[in-house]
Amino acid sequence: MTAYTATVEVRLKSGVLDPEAETTARALERLGFELEDLRSADLFELDVDAESADAARERATEMAERLLANPTIHDYEVGVAEREP
Amino acid sequence: MTVAVVQFGGSNCDRDTVQALESLGIDAELVWHADGLPEETDGVVVPGGFSYGDYLRAGAMAARSPVMAEVRAAAEAGTPVLGICNGAQIGCEAALTPGAFTTNASARFQCEHVHLRVENADTPWTSRYEAGEVVEFPVAHGEGRFEIGDEELATLEADDRILFRYCDADGEVAPAANPNGSKHNVAAVTGDEDHVAVMMPHPERVSLADIGPTDGQGVLRAFD
Repeated sequence: MTAYTATVEVRLKSGVLDPEAETTARALERLGFELEDLRSADLFELDVDAESADAARERATEMAERLLANPTIHDYEVGVAEREP
Repeated sequence: MTVAVVQFGGSNCDRDTVQALESLGIDAELVWHADGLPEETDGVVVPGGFSYGDYLRAGAMAARSPVMAEVRAAAEAGTPVLGICNGAQIGCEAALTPGAFTTNASARFQCEHVHLRVENADTPWTSRYEAGEVVEFPVAHGEGRFEIGDEELATLEADDRILFRYCDADGEVAPAANPNGSKHNVAAVTGDEDHVAVMMPHPERVSLADIGPTDGQGVLRAFD
């Protein structure tokens, strides 16, 4: 078994309104920053032990499908890296 | 008819719902989620509140709890199931009903009375109303914006699965009458079969004659 950290990044699908991001962008503008747009995402770091990077990715993908993302409004991306156990 | 009102940690409309149902002569009991549905369950309400502190997304945790598998089995066997507010978020997260309820367009918690237009009066939840009738219900939610893909929404509309839409006092479905930015002002929708439904507005809060209007009774009488 190898120690991995899988990352699942969950973001709203393109075109889905993000009122929190809009509010955050407005707050930055009030602080004097200039910006064209702001998107936010949730990042989950999952420490797992698995036989291979593919196996770790598969497990993280299933976690995204079953809980971390809501397919109606979200897209997600999975990444895998080895970690120091 | 005994209606199970499922309590999660963080539910807070559970007792109100039991009281409203009982005031209509409908047997109802609080059921702690970990105890599972009683054998004699003839109806289920998943009530409002903030189950699991709205962690991750409103309703996400409760939707994946074991009792919801029982609720799904009951729904598939024909038992009427109603999700109200947090219960609606749970119902969509559990895929009992389509779409998702997410952050209000205002990014604020909206707590107010709203007008609703009855879209389809030919369901158990709306048969006490007339199609096009305007009723007044309270809403109280931060994540009540109905989101769904355009094609799926078109299918829902073609299949007459929208129960109520937010409207103004004259029954006009206008953007200004939409408290949360819901697509096409959708406030309530059915599952694949019309004995399963979810709604963000609170019928149980407008059902006791002693404290005010009773527009919500019609929804709860589906369990009669």
